[in-house]
Amino acid sequence: MDRAWIPEGVQRCGAGAFFSWMALWLFVLGAAVSTALLILWKGLNQTNMNDYFGFGAWITVDLGVIALGAGAFFSGFLTYVVRVKELKALINFAVIIGFICYSSALLILTLDIGQPLRGWFGYWFPNIHSMLTEVIFCITLYFTVLTIEYVPLILENRKIYANPVAHTLSHNFHEAMAIFAAIGTFLSFFHQGSLGGMYGVMYARPFAFREGFFVWPWTFFLFIFSAISTGPTFTVLVTMILQKVTKKRLVPRESLSVLAKIAGWLLCGYVIAKTVDTYYWATHILPARGLTFAEQYHGYQYGMWLPFVEIGLCGVIPALILIIRRLRENDKWLALACVLASTGVVLNRFIFTVQTLAMPVYPFDKWYTYFPSWQEWMTSLAVIAYGALIISLSYRYLPVFPYERDLNPPAR
Amino acid sequence: MSEHHEVASKEKYGMVIDLDKCTGCGTCTVACLSENNHYVREDESDKLHSVTWMKVYKVTNGAPFPNTKVAFIPRPCMHCDHHTPCVSVCPVMATDYNPLTGIVSQIYTRCIGCRYCVGACPYHARYFNWWDPVWPEGMHKLLNPDMSPRMRGVVEKCSFCNHRQQKAKDKAYVEGRKELKDGEYVTACAEACPTGAITFGNMKDPESAVAKLIKSPGAFRLLEKLGTEPKVYYLSSESWIRELADNALGRKRTGGLA
Repeated sequence: MDRAWIPEGVQRCGAGAFFSWMALWLFVLGAAVSTALLILWKGLNQTNMNDYFGFGAWITVDLGVIALGAGAFFSGFLTYVVRVKELKALINFAVIIGFICYSSALLILTLDIGQPLRGWFGYWFPNIHSMLTEVIFCITLYFTVLTIEYVPLILENRKIYANPVAHTLSHNFHEAMAIFAAIGTFLSFFHQGSLGGMYGVMYARPFAFREGFFVWPWTFFLFIFSAISTGPTFTVLVTMILQKVTKKRLVPRESLSVLAKIAGWLLCGYVIAKTVDTYYWATHILPARGLTFAEQYHGYQYGMWLPFVEIGLCGVIPALILIIRRLRENDKWLALACVLASTGVVLNRFIFTVQTLAMPVYPFDKWYTYFPSWQEWMTSLAVIAYGALIISLSYRYLPVFPYERDLNPPAR
Repeated sequence: MSEHHEVASKEKYGMVIDLDKCTGCGTCTVACLSENNHYVREDESDKLHSVTWMKVYKVTNGAPFPNTKVAFIPRPCMHCDHHTPCVSVCPVMATDYNPLTGIVSQIYTRCIGCRYCVGACPYHARYFNWWDPVWPEGMHKLLNPDMSPRMRGVVEKCSFCNHRQQKAKDKAYVEGRKELKDGEYVTACAEACPTGAITFGNMKDPESAVAKLIKSPGAFRLLEKLGTEPKVYYLSSESWIRELADNALGRKRTGGLA
């Protein structure tokens, strides 16, 4: 019944199957939205955050999806600025993933502040010294850029494109896309850095403090580095999942390989930088504050296993898989590397967000633990449901993958 | 990190708490609650969600009986003097350092409740309002009209009873004075302390009690290694308390929360 809206020359599942699938995700999203309304009504006492854990699951999810969404701006940079031609096949999809990640982050941020109706104060009363101010401005502007990048794709829907105004608009947007890609890269670069800087400037929190690279805390650069090395792996992973679900090849394998290879080499660089950072932190920053490396870890939840899993299992191993061609060309190894790298960056954001606050700063204080409440899990789950809905709609009705028709010729 | 708040001012307010005199009675906490219109929840046992601007930590030296020693550390906001951690991170300038008095203030109607300041403060001196403030029937008649209650969803903290300074200044103005005398502006906790353990005043006035006390041999501050330069000083003749107040690399950590 929706055949007229589906791009020409491609195969999609029946309307019944599609709307059942959508209903499933709408149900999950509805449950999550109900939880969000409960939080807005009753307040943040519905979470397990407290005066020790002012940051919790939502900020971890926020930082996580923003890092994973870096595949959008970095792929845009590689496609439109560096002119890596193989990436044209998946740039549309990368933009959609970025759009989902950034819009989710903005929605969760709105929920995470105690006074959502004052959210606009961030623009109206900006403290130019606060890294969070830079985050607020850059994330909003970059979300705008992502929307601008997403709009022409929507306009290219078969029905909408028939409208002359939409047709012209879409054409002109495409002409200007390189400019938006460059602006997006600039904005995203800064806000990824500011997110890292947020923690690096907390000089009274030795777990996170990393100031000293000229005027910047070097977490600024570590966050950028980790985002551009793992964001593309998430783009590759979601593309592979979509191919698995739809049982179609949507982008040439070469496109995935090229992006994975670039991510792999960047991940190598990031792992080295992160190791140097950890070493300097343990041998210089902590001793200057009367602390030892061992004191930064505690028990199971905040144990010493974290840096080994983060840097070793989720850093070194995927980096090696991605730079070794034989492994990269194998779908299973590639998927494993992408899962590990994506997990690693989320783990890194969790450590910076939660462990920074769990670690006792007073010598006479103790470690506290934090586990998100069901309300926090539910609203975090909303990101997945929202993402599934946007991806499903976009895949069904928009010409997201320019090579889909060539890669999936109709059966004779 | 070179930001200093020094201006040509004759005032810089600070507090000295003599731990050898403190009995841990909690009067300072109650006085603070009452003075600053804190609401009290029906069940206050969850201290990670309760608002206590003046919190009293009970610490021990960790030694087994009969050598066990106990001390109480009252902890208001430290009103950090150097690159104040909470002020520099607040995205909306809801918290501010007054260079004329050294007092770190909080604008409740400006705060968006992002809790970045809570994360940045190493002293756990900042509190988020997790619930709407509710007082028992009729108790609103006892609220302090000089202090605004705080709404749900904002961060708050000790203000060194800043409204008392305003009152004292008004009085001095009426009397034709520009400067306050020592003891004319004191916080509620200092006024209420039954053992006189808390002294409050102008640290820039060399004749003030605080200015003299901070030069005492047993004076120290919490977490001095972090470099926040708190304006709350402590006094104690007990070396284990002074050692417990700051991180010391390689020290065998025996003392802690009781």
